[in-house]
Amino acid sequence: MTQFSIDDVFKLAKLSNISISKTESEELLKDMKVILDYVGQLQKLDLKNTKPTYQVTGLSNVMRPDEAFDYKITSEDLLKNVPDTQDHYIKVKRVI
Amino acid sequence: MSQWIDIDKLALDVSSGKISALSLVEKSLKTIKEKTDFNAVISTIEDRAIKRAKNIDAMIAKGENPGKLAGVPFIAKDNMLTFGSETTAASNILKGFVAPYQATVIEKLEAEGAICVAKANLDAFAHGSSTENSDFMVTKNPHNKKLVPGGSSGGSAAAVILDMVPFALGSDTGGSIRLPAAFCGAVGLKPTYGLVSRNGVIAMASSTDVIGPITKNIRDTAVILEIIAGKDPLDSTTIEIDSYKFKPTDYNLNGKTVGVIKELKNSSITSVVREKFNQTLEILKTNGVNIVEISLPLIEHSLACYYIICPAEVSSNLSRYDGIRYGFSDSKATSLDELYNQTRSIGFGKEAKRRIMLGTYVLSSGYYDAYYNQAQKLRTKLIEEYDDAFKKCDFILTPTSPDVAFEIGQNVHDTMKMYLTDVLTVGASLVGIPAISIPANVGNNLPIGIQIMADQKKDAELLNFSSKIEAKI
Repeated sequence: MTQFSIDDVFKLAKLSNISISKTESEELLKDMKVILDYVGQLQKLDLKNTKPTYQVTGLSNVMRPDEAFDYKITSEDLLKNVPDTQDHYIKVKRVI
Repeated sequence: MSQWIDIDKLALDVSSGKISALSLVEKSLKTIKEKTDFNAVISTIEDRAIKRAKNIDAMIAKGENPGKLAGVPFIAKDNMLTFGSETTAASNILKGFVAPYQATVIEKLEAEGAICVAKANLDAFAHGSSTENSDFMVTKNPHNKKLVPGGSSGGSAAAVILDMVPFALGSDTGGSIRLPAAFCGAVGLKPTYGLVSRNGVIAMASSTDVIGPITKNIRDTAVILEIIAGKDPLDSTTIEIDSYKFKPTDYNLNGKTVGVIKELKNSSITSVVREKFNQTLEILKTNGVNIVEISLPLIEHSLACYYIICPAEVSSNLSRYDGIRYGFSDSKATSLDELYNQTRSIGFGKEAKRRIMLGTYVLSSGYYDAYYNQAQKLRTKLIEEYDDAFKKCDFILTPTSPDVAFEIGQNVHDTMKMYLTDVLTVGASLVGIPAISIPANVGNNLPIGIQIMADQKKDAELLNFSSKIEAKI
């Protein structure tokens, strides 16, 4: 069994920037234990001498000319989706 | 009987003036309205679709050519950015989001005269195998309203079988095109990784995400793939395939070799699916196809591998939803930290939270090597095994899913059981090869999907082969 406690669930929630209730945490603990037990099966495989694969078609460091692409949109178009703006800026809560 | 003829013929009828683009769009919108109770569609793009149809009809009246898909209506999964409606990924956190630009796939289809009429339901952020994880509603299976349509592109597959449109677009990360195609009785293609641009598609797991068509037959799939495939400067993972052409008439089944995976012999495939699968093999044999047994010893670990890599990438991709630049934002928050936290806590559904937290765990310091890195190493081994297998056969055949469509609600409280639905589809996703689900058992109880996989970049061969057997099974 994977060693995984309710404290771990709350720690992960914090790292993920998500708040969870006690009921949610219990449900998540149950689910995550089952899933981690299942995916933990990979740990018994001997893959010490195998290199990891991150990209499956063999591409690496794809470059393009450093030129702007014209999406035919304006900053006004983008700002339409911003929850809070002021004078053409994105407004956020006070940081300090 | 479908109200839509083959896509290329339909477009020809429009461009020759035999029928109007407007009549097709109206027909499509009417069917969508008549069948709203299946919850296949989140929103319609009525005004824009009608305007585009009128423009296309005007072009034709002037003798201009509107393209290979003139006037053909389609539905896009709601994780693709489109004009004329919201793009929500079926999530509360993106409710109200209106895309400032369109996905490359949508642009490519529109450039050929196709018309997007609606956005299809999905598991929120494409996290799921049944479309029950949509934050808005559960899509129902066209064959039986008590059953799921499969997922995550459940709305797209249901829309095609409900005859709302001649084709729909889906996205597939671990089986999300193939599974709903199998459960609904449609053709669903997951192309080679990188063949179709993902620019403007809401990311789930970037190392396996692909876009593909869901249609009624292989010919339609080929028509759409030819248009949406190819390199895109806005998606650096895209690839070009030389001489990509669908030529079924020149193709001969005789002498082709199909591999059947030895390790699946004792797996949990139900007898009804197994029987149909074995029948398919018999039909192939009588058509001159050689059936050989191949071995993929590590295949039993592919689902575990996928459910490490997928949540890891999900947790990274979903970190952008913070309530600052777009989407839902909790207006009651008093500090920046609280804003991030409350926005994500309220905006994300259960499954998104579960995957974000799982992903955070497998990537965290102290666990990275044991989980994430180990999974990526296994991926290397899986690629080697599939490479070896394709030295012995041209195609690999499996059922698409171990069972037919299940009841709505049946698996929602058993996460692991739900994840196991993907056991036969995740392999092709992890190694980046093309895979298609074609319907068997049509008109006879519930549809069963047969999955055919080919080696990387052999998408055209896969379609040629599939087109020769689709009418036979």
